[in-house]
Amino acid sequence: MGKLYSWAECAALAAVFALGVSPALAQTGQAGEERMTVEAGAIGHAGGRLVVALRSEPKTLNPVLAVDEPSRDVIRCLTADLIHINRGSLKTEPSLAKSWSVSADGKQYILQLRRGLRFSDGEPFNADDVIFSFQVYLDEKIDSPQRDLLVVGGKPITVVKVDAYTVRFELAQPYAAAERLFDGVAILPRHLLENTYRGGGFSQAWNLSVPPNQFAGLGPFRLKEYIPGQRVVLERNPYYWKADHAGNELPYLNEVILLFVPSEDAQVIRFQSGDTDVLSRFSAENFAVLQKQQSVKGYHLDDLGSGLEYNFLFFNLNDLGPKGLPDIAKKQAWFQDARFRRAVSAAIDRDGIVRLVYAGRATPLWDQVTPGNKLWIDENIPHPARSLERARQLLESAGFSWTSAGSLVDAHGTSVEFSILTSSSNAQRTKMATIIQDDLKQLGMTVQVVPLEFHAMVDRLQNSYDYEAAIMGLVSGDADPTSEMNVWLSSGETHLWHPNQDKPATPWESDMDQLMQQQLVTLDYAKRKHLYDRVQEIVAENLPVICLVSPDILVGAANRVGNFRPAILVPYALWNIEQLYVQ
Amino acid sequence: MTRRRKLVGALILLAAFQSLILLAGFFAPYDFASQNRERPFAPPTALHFVDARGHFHFRPFIYDLEDAKRSGEGSSAGSGPSYPVHFFVRGAPYKIAGVFASCIHLFGVEASGRIFLMGSDAYGRDQFSRFLFGGQISMLAGLIAAILSVSIGIVVGGIAGYYGGWLDELLMRGGELFLALPWLYLLFAVRAALPLHISQWEVFLLLVSVMGLIGWTRPARLIRGVVLSAKQRNFVAAARGFGASDAYLLRRHVLPQTYGVLLTQLTLLIPQYVLAEVTLTFLGLGVGEPMPSWGALLSSLQQYYVLSSYWWMFLPALFLLPLFLAFYTAADALQELHKRVAL
Repeated sequence: MGKLYSWAECAALAAVFALGVSPALAQTGQAGEERMTVEAGAIGHAGGRLVVALRSEPKTLNPVLAVDEPSRDVIRCLTADLIHINRGSLKTEPSLAKSWSVSADGKQYILQLRRGLRFSDGEPFNADDVIFSFQVYLDEKIDSPQRDLLVVGGKPITVVKVDAYTVRFELAQPYAAAERLFDGVAILPRHLLENTYRGGGFSQAWNLSVPPNQFAGLGPFRLKEYIPGQRVVLERNPYYWKADHAGNELPYLNEVILLFVPSEDAQVIRFQSGDTDVLSRFSAENFAVLQKQQSVKGYHLDDLGSGLEYNFLFFNLNDLGPKGLPDIAKKQAWFQDARFRRAVSAAIDRDGIVRLVYAGRATPLWDQVTPGNKLWIDENIPHPARSLERARQLLESAGFSWTSAGSLVDAHGTSVEFSILTSSSNAQRTKMATIIQDDLKQLGMTVQVVPLEFHAMVDRLQNSYDYEAAIMGLVSGDADPTSEMNVWLSSGETHLWHPNQDKPATPWESDMDQLMQQQLVTLDYAKRKHLYDRVQEIVAENLPVICLVSPDILVGAANRVGNFRPAILVPYALWNIEQLYVQ
Repeated sequence: MTRRRKLVGALILLAAFQSLILLAGFFAPYDFASQNRERPFAPPTALHFVDARGHFHFRPFIYDLEDAKRSGEGSSAGSGPSYPVHFFVRGAPYKIAGVFASCIHLFGVEASGRIFLMGSDAYGRDQFSRFLFGGQISMLAGLIAAILSVSIGIVVGGIAGYYGGWLDELLMRGGELFLALPWLYLLFAVRAALPLHISQWEVFLLLVSVMGLIGWTRPARLIRGVVLSAKQRNFVAAARGFGASDAYLLRRHVLPQTYGVLLTQLTLLIPQYVLAEVTLTFLGLGVGEPMPSWGALLSSLQQYYVLSSYWWMFLPALFLLPLFLAFYTAADALQELHKRVAL
């Protein structure tokens, strides 16, 4: 599971390739603290509290080990990274590193750290903390989900201390999105964790029973109280290192309360009744319910348009020889024919899915890059309208025919029947499957929808390969194609239709491998874009995944929350929590 | 005699329901799977007898509100095209009891209009048709599974209570072990062992056997308790003194005492099993789309947006209420009747 998500959760964003990055205005506060001034947003006023609901209780507060979204949501408020992706602009910006430079060959990054910063317990921060943090992230025994991203060209990044406020990162090969790697890699306090780490107890460090005085970070808030099963309370970090453009210290809020509310419906109801201030990750149907009372209830809703999630149908193209699944292997003769996949794609009513599954709050897709990803979308990918006529022609050209009763048979007279696997916990995808089932019935195919519990489904997709077709969705953690390496490389674990290949099974997969590897080491955006456009064309043409729709990012906030600027990147709503204030 | 009248009333209601469900194809105007993508969550269609000009018609007719909405004529009744309701019309083909094929439906409107007596669901499918067809699997599976549970309960509880001693210990502790099993994971294992696609018959058998086999412990314990007290009654002791065999005693004197418990258990288990099917469907062991089931119809109500926006999604639940009430009344009346006969 972790594997399926690890690439999606972490990762870095669209390319900013100015080699000399202009640091945001550094301003020196008390005791030589090199503060960062946040230019965007309104001047708020200090004080108040924000209440937000988490879908489940976090599993850990340890940034190195956290995999699940609620844990990461909490940790984001408590920690800081060296270089950050600004969710508003989708570009990298200085964070704990006030500036950085890249060597001409693109393999060395030298980061200048801010001086005079303190952790939330008052202890000073310097290069030793950075060296220690990366040592932990890269430790194979710790097995951090972020480790994969810090391995470039097969070798872990080397981190060298130049002086107390300068750190050098050495990469084995040039890496286009290198700056973006630092996003989300939280810097740990060496003074609190080194002994635990050396003693071998790091996997238990900073679990949910950590006393607040044993926890410190560089984020806008610090841990105040944890009540199991109910809530976690964060308080303002008095040592935080950002200020607004009037020179006021950030964050504005005194307290953030994160409630554990286990279901989406319960979250929606609590938001509607004013118990919580911010809501994200909810369905279009609930959006419509909330919208009705928008004017009287003192909240507002935003539809940010398409995010980075793409949902798709794919067929089992694995090599089933060693698995011994003769029934599925026989059907693969259809699945492996690109004309069959194109016919299926042509028959799918994507507009119907948008309307019935997402109440219109989604965008139909024909390849993996969503319209929300403006830097990387290939505008030349054709968007053919649904056509059963074309689908029938394609099937005919591939040797299929129809019986007198209207059911589709292949050249050997076998009738075309297959099942589509979906996750029963995802109502949207089961709905999509039901619509596709009906669409394909019109081509004479008999399709069964098989909803399975999520883990049982993933086990079939990744281990036993005992499935015929499935509907899945992936959410990139970043707009940059680097975050999708695992999906498009034929050796990738998330190359869902045929994962972990030793060598590419088809010529077009081999092409894709080359293009993805090439874009990874190319530093020029225009050239990279050209390479990734080609990948999108290959996907649209060969349809290893038949892309369906990308849902809109929907958020809501109480009117009293100021500076609320939601973004299409995770975390959609609270990324600028240091700037949020209550009126 | 009022008890007898109650019983007859309940049985008539049950019979009516069962025949509606059995003849679902005939009573339902549409196929349960046919989608109307232009009409998701359409409200129930109102039947009219008086037209816009005040004329009365013996043949009811409907207005196509969706069509009116699309052409921008507003959605109040009296606007948009009207369609008279026809009886014994030709429509989607169906089979009764899986044998007799037909395409005659009790009622319907011209193909360009739609009549949704209970509104439509998220795909624009007729809820009324889905309700009737859904009963075919849910009702029968719930009934048979409940009977299975209770029968196992009688055998195990009867033996344990009557013979007592180590047999009692063995059976009751075995039952506790059974209750303590991690069923969720066992069901995952069952699902993993089955082929990906399960046919409708297999689904039916699965539902019956899984629900029937998991649910026997509670009736077994209750019946054991009743048997335990019954076997010490004086008339049982007297019969034993006259040399009655164990089998005779059980059949003639002890088990009849458990009828009350049996009937109440049965009436409680049936609705419970109709809902249990939703959980099994979640695990991939139940009725899959597009097949309707009562469990699925009811479970859609658990979503907030359905609950707050589409009141007609409650209608299936409303119609199930008298059905389950009829079961309960019938059981109640039977129990009373039995008591009177026993005395």
